[in-house]
Amino acid sequence: MVTLTKAPPTAPATPPKRARRPLIRDWQLYSLAVLPLLFFAVFRYAPMVGNVIAFRRFRPGGSPFGDDWVGLRYVRMFLADPTFWQVFTNTLIIGTLTLIICFPLPIVLALLLNEVRIKHLKRFVQSVSYLPHFLSVVIVAGMVGQLLSVDGTVNTLAGTEIPFLQRPEWFRTIYVSSEVWQTVGWGTILYLAALTTLDEELYDAARIDGAGRLRQTWHVTLPGIRPTMMTLLILNIGAFMAVGFEKILLLYNPLTYPTADVIPTYLYRLGVVSGNFSYGAAIGLFEAVIGLILVFTANSVSRRTVGTSLW
Amino acid sequence: MTSTGRRVFNVINAIILTGVVVVTLYPFVNIVARSLSSEQEIIAGRVTLLPRGFDLTTYRLVMSDSLFWTNYRNTVIYTVVATTISIVLTTCYAYVLSKQHLRGRGVLVGIAVFTMFFSGGLIPNYVLVSGLGLRNTIWAVVLPNAINVFNLLVMKAFFESLPVELEEQAAVDGLGTYGILLRIVLPLSKAIVATMLLFYAVAYWNSWFTAFLYLDRAELFPVTVYLRNLIAGATDATSTGSVDTDVAQVAANIKAVTMVLTVVPILTVYPFVQRYFVSGVMLGAVKG
Repeated sequence: MVTLTKAPPTAPATPPKRARRPLIRDWQLYSLAVLPLLFFAVFRYAPMVGNVIAFRRFRPGGSPFGDDWVGLRYVRMFLADPTFWQVFTNTLIIGTLTLIICFPLPIVLALLLNEVRIKHLKRFVQSVSYLPHFLSVVIVAGMVGQLLSVDGTVNTLAGTEIPFLQRPEWFRTIYVSSEVWQTVGWGTILYLAALTTLDEELYDAARIDGAGRLRQTWHVTLPGIRPTMMTLLILNIGAFMAVGFEKILLLYNPLTYPTADVIPTYLYRLGVVSGNFSYGAAIGLFEAVIGLILVFTANSVSRRTVGTSLW
Repeated sequence: MTSTGRRVFNVINAIILTGVVVVTLYPFVNIVARSLSSEQEIIAGRVTLLPRGFDLTTYRLVMSDSLFWTNYRNTVIYTVVATTISIVLTTCYAYVLSKQHLRGRGVLVGIAVFTMFFSGGLIPNYVLVSGLGLRNTIWAVVLPNAINVFNLLVMKAFFESLPVELEEQAAVDGLGTYGILLRIVLPLSKAIVATMLLFYAVAYWNSWFTAFLYLDRAELFPVTVYLRNLIAGATDATSTGSVDTDVAQVAANIKAVTMVLTVVPILTVYPFVQRYFVSGVMLGAVKG
């Protein structure tokens, strides 16, 4: 590799370039990393360290890392908190529903789009289906509110007057449907990219062996996009615990808490609104650790079984 | 495969995809229709596809609200400043990460990638930003999410795909690292820089939560928080039961108008920039 620093004027007399230490040789490159590293240190790693307030008592105006050690006091507190178990259950239910419904649908849509032979039509459907991805979650929540309000389209078409957003039994359906609306089109992009790389000869071979279209899809197409599927599945599992925090915060209200309140929204109210920072941090840490374990587990299972992994 | 079966499939497929298009577009159509309708027609639940009782009063009302314009202007300022910071930091770090020979490169990659899977969490972040005294300043909005690791990896993959010989030649010709980055690499990277600009700008335009969390004064809000408060306010009013009908009616209409005005810039540029997003995402997919 070529040295990137300028050779000094007395070039012939200097020792060979190899002898220069990499740190000195590449100092200009390292200097470019200083500000980004500062960003990661302050806004990503300092908050991780800041989680120690989960084990220390935080006093308003006191140290951001808390004042005295209290050990597992806050952990024991949330384990004994019935509301915590309620929101934990809600998180699992909403996370599972989202995973089961929002993960496979983009694959299905990509397969259907892939069968469209008219190029312009295909592109039109794609462009339209990507659109919701570019909207602010505030707009999405607003649209959901308008469509489901008493004077909204859903009630008009059904001839009813149900205040959907005030009904706990409707919340999960509403959340998951709006999630599908927002993500299904955008989710097809990577699959469509993977589909274009599939080998035509495999299809010809399958056809000669007498495979119909369905069998071709099953034996050629799906195995072909499996690495993409696994990568996205692992990423989805990693996001499992985080569930759509911002959207739930915008859509829920005290009436729907029984089904809508999830860990992130609960700790937002507990920590930021009520100021129980240490207690909130303890729950947040618990949530983040579960998320980390899930993603590591999914990754290693995937690596061992199908050979695809994120790292 | 018999051609009859194929034809049946094509018809069913066309029906499904038409359904997808209709369902995706309908909420937009409905919002526009509501924004142009009179309050009475909305309350009566008669507005679906087309505006009824065409009425522009609400547009005039929203547009004459000085807070709306202040917040709209804030959104523009936050988006421009934040996107600039993000682009500079992301480009610098991605360029460093793309240098295969660099000592400690793996560690630098790891530092970034780990944050994709583990984060400090809401409370420590909140305590930190408050502790740094960033509350009620623009910095609380533009700094905490300055580098998006996914974008970083996309950009790194792009830099790695550039021919090494060009940079080696430039180094032989006496250019330093900064010179190579500014005069050789960036001019060749217009496509990726443009993609990143779009990614970041849309994300900042749409964001609301950081602002909602760290800003208390209404004149500092971006328009998304303005809209959020409008919607939440209306919800609170209906849930208490005793609402002045006039207020409720106007609110229903105002929400639609504000939504339309907030989303218009995105919808206007969308057709032109959409393909850049798509190619950007695919570029990232190549490297994973």
